[in-house]
This record gives sequence, structure tokens and C-alpha cells, in this order.
Amino acid sequence: MVEDKRLGDDRRKKDHRPPKDRRDPEPLVSVLPAYDDEVVPIRSEAGRFGIFLKELNRQKYSFLFIAPGLILFTIFVLIPVVTSLFWSFTRYNVFQPPIWVGLDNYRHILFHDPRFWKAIKNTVLYVGGTVPAGIVIALMLSIAIDQQIRFKGFFKTMFFMPAVTAIVAISVIWKWLYAGEKYGLINYLLIKMGFQPVDWLLSPAWTLPAIMIMSVWAGLGYNIILFTAGLSAIPKRFYEAAEIDGANAWDKFWNVTLPLLMPTMLFVVVMSVIASFQVFDQVYIMTGGTEEGIGGILDSALTIVAYLYDMGFQKFRMGYASALAYLIFAIIFGATLVNFKMMRSKIEY
Amino acid sequence: MAEGMLQSIKVQLRIQRAIIYTVLIIGSAAMVLPYLWMIISSFKPIEEIQTYPPSFFIHHPTVKAYADLFRLIPMGRYLGNSILVATLVTVSNVFFCSLAGYAFAKHRFWGRDKLFLLILGSMMIPWQINIIPGFVIVKKLGWLNSFYALIIPNMVGAFGVFLTRQHISTIPNDLIDAAKIDGCGEFRIYRLVIFPLIKPVLVALGIFMFLAQWNNFVWPLVIIHSGDMRTVPLALAVLNGQFGTDFGTNFPMVMAGAVLVTIPVLAVFLLFQKYFIRGITLTGLKF
Repeated sequence: MVEDKRLGDDRRKKDHRPPKDRRDPEPLVSVLPAYDDEVVPIRSEAGRFGIFLKELNRQKYSFLFIAPGLILFTIFVLIPVVTSLFWSFTRYNVFQPPIWVGLDNYRHILFHDPRFWKAIKNTVLYVGGTVPAGIVIALMLSIAIDQQIRFKGFFKTMFFMPAVTAIVAISVIWKWLYAGEKYGLINYLLIKMGFQPVDWLLSPAWTLPAIMIMSVWAGLGYNIILFTAGLSAIPKRFYEAAEIDGANAWDKFWNVTLPLLMPTMLFVVVMSVIASFQVFDQVYIMTGGTEEGIGGILDSALTIVAYLYDMGFQKFRMGYASALAYLIFAIIFGATLVNFKMMRSKIEY
Repeated sequence: MAEGMLQSIKVQLRIQRAIIYTVLIIGSAAMVLPYLWMIISSFKPIEEIQTYPPSFFIHHPTVKAYADLFRLIPMGRYLGNSILVATLVTVSNVFFCSLAGYAFAKHRFWGRDKLFLLILGSMMIPWQINIIPGFVIVKKLGWLNSFYALIIPNMVGAFGVFLTRQHISTIPNDLIDAAKIDGCGEFRIYRLVIFPLIKPVLVALGIFMFLAQWNNFVWPLVIIHSGDMRTVPLALAVLNGQFGTDFGTNFPMVMAGAVLVTIPVLAVFLLFQKYFIRGITLTGLKF
């Protein structure tokens, strides 16, 4: 800022031009009053109210332009945020007016609700499994694509396909891949390779891992696009310098690639953690079916958002579900802060 | 001696490249296989689908699954619903977001910066917080099971406003001033100056919005309960509940539904992938 001002002063001395044109955008009329009456009201009896009207008249297009967005934003974002905070302190089932219960919902969730803790455990397992696996595999594939090879575009396209496919469709396809003891494709391949077939979606132990494997598969393409963009931005001279110093491939990865990729990495980690805490569609399709419950046998794959859906839209306990929503918000917010704190210090430039 | 070393380095490089290609080809195969299996399964008759060993060859290919899809449920209607909703939401977002983005970038008005900060902050709020009151509001308005509920709440998004505002800020004011001197009104400035200049961003935003709507699941799931207002993903979920269990199976039909959700979008992606990928690196958005 200071730097900027000095530059402006110098320039003014040189060509005697007022630095007006560098200022913030301002409608032309108020910079160059075209007619006398634009200036007169400021001194006239019309006074402040006159100025107010003039300003309002000048700003009418701005308000017109933002009006559609502002109206929808108020109705479907601002009011809901406040409303659900209020409801989280009530008992509310949509059909009767909400009853104030203070902190009861939160207290019950945190201290007397084993399903909530089961859901937290599952979600933490899901995030802790899919995020690192998704990042490590995507990074390895990105480095492979970043080498001097042919068909880069083709490979990127292949990995990116699931990113444009509805997660509902992906879940349905994978449910079929996982199905059956023998006729399911995955179990058939397992048997061929000499393993035992697995009861993927029918056994409590394997339901969550099955969903996790599918989610990693589906999320690779997005990470690969970001990583390859980050990798191609690393100047080749750093690698050459490292080679002259006698670095091998491993050294180069740890001391050149990874540190210089940190900004991309931060972005990918933050986005992945936020998205995977909110996993819902695949849980709904692979464990829920339609009307009967959600979360699989013995809640083996119940995640927090699936639990919220169950409470809010199947049991119509809207107050309780609102409290869950605010707890989810707090968890995601906290996790994001931790990510930033931990990774900021590792960004080098 | 030196020649021998060169030779060994060359061999090493060749091995390295072979490993890289092998990894990438296996990876690509793992990506394609589920899609291939989906397509093959959708053309198999029910009797063939549970045979052992599972086969990539179809002995009696049939389109019965697709016929069932349009005969047993109103799949044509669902496709129409999805196309209508996704198109309207996309057009409306591209238009209204860039209009608001222009005002936020280039106009001066009361509360501009505070309002923008509020919109920016709202992007951090997960949808779980809004969906419960959103459902109740839609219910109070009498919009359950209607196109209003599918379209109107999604017509303008905070992200679109933010994205367009950032890009419009980089347009020099001189261009706008010149248009003003030439006698352009505010809307003509938007139409003739701003809109053409941010077209690439709007293409990215449009692609993103269309995909997000086409694939959107949770909101339709919550507000649509009647049989004929479903969008395609919701229809697929219901189909999965009815025919996708290990009992009473009609997996070919479920797979045919998945084909109808997946293939149109994949085709468009393969044709215009340049724009898709630029859209991601431009916006960082997750589809």
C-alpha cells in the first residue's frame, strides 16, 4: 500500500496527472459531473435527504443486479442457518410447533447416543482411510503421467471419468460388482487370484471398506487433475540441479517434488477432508435401499450425515437433526483449521 | 567401458518406462472395467446374469432391460425432468451470478463489501445445516413434489457470484467507462462488455452447474416423494431399492438405468474434455 502511494506521487510530479484513474471503480458520473445539477444539491436546501435520493437513484442498477441472488440467498441460506440453529435447541417434528428444550439435544447426542458415536467412528475411519489412500495413489499416478510418456491426455481422461458420473450411478454399478458370492465380478477376480470371496455388502465387517474402496476409485481423477497441474508448474531446472548434486529419484521426490507441491497438496487435503466428512450418497445407495433404514447391518456403515438424514427425514426429529448438523459443521470447521495449521508451516515459498 | 555404462543407463530407462506404462494401463483398465461391466450387464437377459463364471460375452443380447425401464416406470418422463431442471438451473446461474458478480466487482453501493463477505462466508456452511429448514420452507410454500422446489432454490449460487466477481474485477475500468461515454446503459454494458469477456469462466461455471444438477441426489431425495416428479438419479435409487437387492433381482434393468444416467454425461465429457479440465484448474471445483 505504502509502496503504491509513493509511486503515485512520483508519477504526479512527472506528468501532473491526478491519480484519479487508478482509484477504485466509481461510476463515471460522480468522477466527472457532467451537469451542474449533479453538484448543486450538496449545497442546496434539499440537504442530506436529497443526496440520499440521488445516491439511491445512482445505485438502483446495482441493487437490481444483485436482487435475484440476494432474495434467494436470504430465503434459502441466511434464514435456514439461523432457523436450524434455533431448532437445534428445540424438539420439533414439522407437524407441531417447536418446543424449547435448551441444550438437551446436544447433551443427549454427546452423552447418551451410542448411534452418534458409532457414526462418528465410522466417519473418522472413512475419512482417515479414503483421504490418505486417495492422495497417495493419485500422487503416484500423477507422477507417472508427468514423466515423458505418450498418451498423457488419454490416461488423464480415463481416470477422470468417475468425476463426471453421478455418485448414485457409481454406487449402483459397484453394488453389482460387489454382489454375489460367485457371479459378482470382484469376487470372481478374487477367486481367480487365489483369494477367498468376500461377502462385501452383506457382512458388517466389509460394508464400510467396500464403500471406501469405491470412493477412492471415484475420487482419483479430481486429485490427478490438480496434482498434474501442480507438477507441471515445478520448473525442470530444480530437478537438473538436484541431479548434478547426485540425487536419485527418491531424493528428488522428497526434496524437490513434495515441498514444491505443498500448496496443491494443502488444497487437495482440505477439499478431500471436507468432502469425505459429508459422505452420504454412496452410503444411502449401498446400505439403505429405499424406506427401510440406512447404514447397513448393525449400523456398520452409518456415517454422520447418513445419521442426520435418518433422524431428520425418516424419523422427523428435526430439532435433533439440526443439532447434529451444527455438530457436523463444528467438526468440519475444526478439521479444516487443523489442516491449515499443520500444513501452512510446510509451504516453503 | 563408457559405452557399457551408457548401455546400462538406456536399459534402465527403458525398464522404468515399461513400469510406468504398465501401471498406467492397469490403472486405466480398472477405471474402464466397471463401466464396461455396466454396459454389458444391461444387455444381458436375466437368466444370463447370474451364471458362473461371469462372462464378458453376451450369448443372447437383448434390449429388454431398456424396454422394461420405459414400460414399468416412466423413465422418459424422468429424463425429461432431469434435462429441464439441469438446463434451467444452469442458464439461470450463468446469467444471475454474472450479473451480481458484475455489480459486486464494478459498482459502488451501500453495504457492498460486507454483503460480499457474507456470501463468501456462506460457502463454508455445509449443506446439512440448510437442508432441514430448506425442506420446511419448501413445504410451507407448498412446493413439495414440484419443479419450483427443484429449480428455484438452486437458481443462484454463492460460488458462481464469487467466481464471476473475481474474474470481472480483472477487466479494466477503461472499457466500462468507454462504453458509458458511448451511451451504454448499465445492462448494455453487462451484455456487450462484461459478458463476452468472461465467457470462458461462464462456460466452466455452466458445465459445473449442469453436472451438479444432473447428478444432484440429496435435494430431490428430500423434496420429491411422488412417482412422476423424480429426477434420473432419484429414479435410479428407487430402482436400486426395488430391483437391486440380492433377491428379486433385475440387475440388467438397474444397469440400464445407470447407463442412461452415465453415458450422456460421459459422451459430452469426452467431446469437450478440454473445457472440463480447464474448468477444474480455473475454479478448483469438485463436480
